[in-house]
Amino acid sequence: MAEKILELKNVSKIYGSLKALADINLSVNAGDWLSIMGPSGSGKTTMINIIGCMDTPSLGNVILDNVDISRENAASLTRIRRDKIGLIFQQFHLISYLTAVENVMVAQYYHSMPDEDEAMEALEKVGLKDRAHHLPAQLSGGEQQRVCIARALINSPQILLGDEPTGNLDEENERIVVDIFRRLHDEGVTIIIVTHDPEVGDVAQRKIILEHGKIIDDIDQSATFGEALKLKGK
Amino acid sequence: MENNTKKLRHGSRKAFYLKMVSGSLIRRASRLIIAVLAIAIGATILSGLVAIYYDIPEQLGREFRSYGANLIVLPRGEAKITREILKSLENLIGANKIVGMAPYRYQTVKINEQPYIVAGTDLAQAQKNSPFWYIKGEWGDLTDVDSVMIGNEIAETLNLKLGDVFMIQGVKYGEQAEASGQNLSAAENQKRDTARQNFHKNLKVRGIVSTGGAEEGFIFVDIDMLDDLIGDIFRADVIECSIVADANELANISSKIEKDIPELQPRAVRRLTQSQDIVLGKLQALVLLVTVVVLIITMISVYTTMMAMVAERRREIALKKALGAENRLVMSELLGEGVLLGIIGGALGVFLGFEFALRVSLNVFGRGINFQWLLIPVTIAVFVVITVAASIIPVRKVMDIHPAIVLKGE
Repeated sequence: MAEKILELKNVSKIYGSLKALADINLSVNAGDWLSIMGPSGSGKTTMINIIGCMDTPSLGNVILDNVDISRENAASLTRIRRDKIGLIFQQFHLISYLTAVENVMVAQYYHSMPDEDEAMEALEKVGLKDRAHHLPAQLSGGEQQRVCIARALINSPQILLGDEPTGNLDEENERIVVDIFRRLHDEGVTIIIVTHDPEVGDVAQRKIILEHGKIIDDIDQSATFGEALKLKGK
Repeated sequence: MENNTKKLRHGSRKAFYLKMVSGSLIRRASRLIIAVLAIAIGATILSGLVAIYYDIPEQLGREFRSYGANLIVLPRGEAKITREILKSLENLIGANKIVGMAPYRYQTVKINEQPYIVAGTDLAQAQKNSPFWYIKGEWGDLTDVDSVMIGNEIAETLNLKLGDVFMIQGVKYGEQAEASGQNLSAAENQKRDTARQNFHKNLKVRGIVSTGGAEEGFIFVDIDMLDDLIGDIFRADVIECSIVADANELANISSKIEKDIPELQPRAVRRLTQSQDIVLGKLQALVLLVTVVVLIITMISVYTTMMAMVAERRREIALKKALGAENRLVMSELLGEGVLLGIIGGALGVFLGFEFALRVSLNVFGRGINFQWLLIPVTIAVFVVITVAASIIPVRKVMDIHPAIVLKGE
């Protein structure tokens, strides 16, 4: 049986009278590929912020790698995020004055020790070795997102967390990025992705649908997992 | 670029920190030019004013020397001042501090049977001591020691004009003067005055001295010529010194003279030294005030620039925090940029400031100034401290930036 890497137990996030998340229960196994879908305001971002240690729940518990992180302070959450989570953003968020390889090394710098060889390997993995010494402004949107993925992977996180990672990409670049996720999944990386895009949501092993802060559907796509990937790869 | 990153291959955190800080400044140079300019202008004014501040006493001291001697040295008791004592005094004060040092020997002579005083001196030194004397004609010098300067009062009394020749007569050193014989004619008295124990000499008027003071009643001649004329060795009655020193230094020099050369009795001319100190004190206070104002303005300028920089870079800061950077790490990067700004602006300011001080000094005092090498580290250090101090509040805003809020998707 696969090891449980993440568990949300009766998690709620309350802002005044608004319940952004209401009594959420979710568990994710190591090596899973989960997509979180739902309309705007359904609580997707709140959920990913809590999983990504950028926010804490008002109620309930979040168990990450067998550690309850729901009552940790900001400094402690920063440490956990640095060690266990790799983040990918919709708007890429690369540092404009650093080259692609330096942007990857930034994550190493905050984690442990910058090493250019490792950073180059990560860029090679996303097919950007030859663009390593270019500034973000000299890269296309798809290339910037691949740098962002390389940066998220560089410290070997336990969970790769993407917030609309294909939201700003054209179809071709979306396909390249999804293909990278597929290879990472094959290598055993746990992937959790928030997306609006049904096609990207469908390629995951499992999909949950959020509405008004509640999980209204939890779909096991294992049966069609390989098929969906093939379709996406076309 | 490749060479630079190669160094980081097995890299160190410090090297990458420096790379990030310098990369931010170099690749965002157009955004930071205002901050560098603000610091450079502040540093220019500061280093310029400090250069002037330290040079004012020297410059003004020399200006004040044109108002006459500030130290009068008299012999203690009956003895006169010998050349050896004069030399000792010169060594004690130090040649670099002496603007002029003129020994004076006073000798009573007769002109047309009327008594007058001849002041034998080193005319070149006397000129350095008293550049404010108005001389009709020329200063006397060693090329023609018989051409002398007379006071305006004597010129008027004896109706002497430039180029006129007049005779001085007197009793040689150590001889007794004989009273004019009341029963003798003027011709007989004159004949007696030209006897062996007396001297006489024709002198030519080369310059007429107007000072509005006692100098107008003297005849100024070369002291060696006077010694030869009266048949004596060098013996001065007084030494007038013009020294580059404030009241305290002058008091120190005076006590040193009293201690080391007991034959002498120094007297500082308080009126001059006190005026000098008052003017200097006020000028230095003004410079200090302007410096403080400039530092405050620079701090405000750096503060607003850093505030804008932190606001402009909220996303970058949020991203770094999302990647796991602790607040202190992000703050140290921004402060590192502040330090680098301080170094660049301070270094620029040192050299521009020297140029500024040089021009001020040339225009106001007519003299250049020496470059103070110490100003380089001091100015840079001051501006690094100012930049860091002005950056503390803006940089602390990093703590208020929440990655989840700033980086949320659209």
